[in-house]
Amino acid sequence: MARVGIIGIGHGQFGRRSDATVQELAFEAYREAVQDAQIDPKDLDGSVIGSVPEYHKQRSLPGVVQEYLGLNPLPTWLTEVACASGSAAIRTAWMGIQSGAHKLMAVIGCQKMTELSTPEILALMGRVGEVQWESVFGTTFPAYYALFAKSHMHEYGTTREQLLQVAVKNHFYGARNPNALFRKEITMEKAMESEPVSDPLQVYDCCANADGAACVILASEEIAKKSSKPVVWLDGLGCATASMSVLRRPNLVGLPSAEQASHVAYEMAGVTAKDIKVAEVHDCFTIAEIMAYEDLGFCKKGEGGRFIEEKQSYLEGRTPVNIDGGLKSKGHPIGATGVSMTVEVVKQLRGEAGERQVPNADIGLTHNVGGIGQYCFVHVLRRD
Amino acid sequence: MFKWFGKVNFSPYTKVTDFADHLKDGRLMGSKCKKCGQESFPPRADCNNCLSGDFEFIEFSGKAKLLSYTVIHAAPTGFEDVVPYTIGVVDLKETGRLLAWIGDTIPDKDIKIGMDLQVVPQVFDELEEIKVYYSLEKPGTAWSKA
Ligand SMILES: [Zn+2]
Repeated sequence: MARVGIIGIGHGQFGRRSDATVQELAFEAYREAVQDAQIDPKDLDGSVIGSVPEYHKQRSLPGVVQEYLGLNPLPTWLTEVACASGSAAIRTAWMGIQSGAHKLMAVIGCQKMTELSTPEILALMGRVGEVQWESVFGTTFPAYYALFAKSHMHEYGTTREQLLQVAVKNHFYGARNPNALFRKEITMEKAMESEPVSDPLQVYDCCANADGAACVILASEEIAKKSSKPVVWLDGLGCATASMSVLRRPNLVGLPSAEQASHVAYEMAGVTAKDIKVAEVHDCFTIAEIMAYEDLGFCKKGEGGRFIEEKQSYLEGRTPVNIDGGLKSKGHPIGATGVSMTVEVVKQLRGEAGERQVPNADIGLTHNVGGIGQYCFVHVLRRD
Repeated sequence: MFKWFGKVNFSPYTKVTDFADHLKDGRLMGSKCKKCGQESFPPRADCNNCLSGDFEFIEFSGKAKLLSYTVIHAAPTGFEDVVPYTIGVVDLKETGRLLAWIGDTIPDKDIKIGMDLQVVPQVFDELEEIKVYYSLEKPGTAWSKA
């Protein structure tokens, strides 16, 4: 199979962006990616937008983004699978190029969330659970992950401290990422004192809603090989689903979709978990990162708590994870997140991550979860 | 009428609409496929095993075991007036699972994963319109209207 390469990356400032519309956010990331790729935008032959439409007042987002980027009359469309919409956009562009229908595409993840109030967002996000039998009891997004956390703690003895150690790590690296929403380190004491959200999860266990955008330029093998930039190849793509309802999961200690998607991605790329030098995982909540260590095979099932306690996911550890601060510290503009993860892994594989650089990183991974694991996309990226 | 089900109902129209009528009368119903016999909770009209659309309601005992739980402090729109509230996910004795509030018969400090619980049909008395739900209570707790 021919390969598809990433030849340009762009990342806007994440945060409460009351200064910009969603298309203006998209433009920031797009401009940076086009300049980074050193391409003429006229050579693009289409775009894919990853976003979750319910948060925007604007209907049919790809239209307004495409116009503002100056990409009419090129084709565009939206991919939506909750918080994994960005990775779905990347997969869709990969499919487009592999099919021969496209050769050079811009993938833009963008989201404006903070125009809604927190209870409105809680209500909207809670409805990513099953609305007929679950939302009627006032379930929230954190509540679902709290159910996972309680189960994991009960089953494997995972502790409150281990959960919050994920937050401490991600803030440590987020403090070193200029695009992050929270650019300061936190202490365990401060994390422990934070307000309860959904027991056992506290404020510091949860990522923050944010506005923001990220962009990658995907090229066919032929075009990528002529790129003046070091190419990062999209060599393994796995994607899987699990039941919408938490009531139909085999257990509440992991995400079966993540496990499945990683198997497919590893096999396609011809690698194993041990080969991954740097990973970006979907830490919408601290427990989610711990389950990701296990679902992705960075450690055995049940040992995720120990993995963070032993700092195995720090830059110096066995598998560095979320060295850009993760969702926790960067903020989580849901449609942009998967593309943001990809931008960071490309930076790491190019050796452009500065003080956050993982030495000798040649193979990286992104793990982007939609909702409570209804969807999961795992991508393996490689620099030759 | 399914619009009776839940403090805030998001899906008033469904093929299993009679579920709420049964619940109002104190019965917890699952579904059974008339063709292949597959039983489900939550009830479903269309069988994902044999694809038949022919089903009947069957009464469940409500006997259940706690799989996980959480106390919600930050509530979504429509639930701000009841915080904090505790939700639990239980494995039902017959088949399937259910998510519900853990009721007053179980003090917070007594909640333990793996404990036996009873699913009890409930009606919001303080509301003018009919609103039904179910809660997780101490084993042996009877339906209050019985
Ligand atoms: Zn059947």
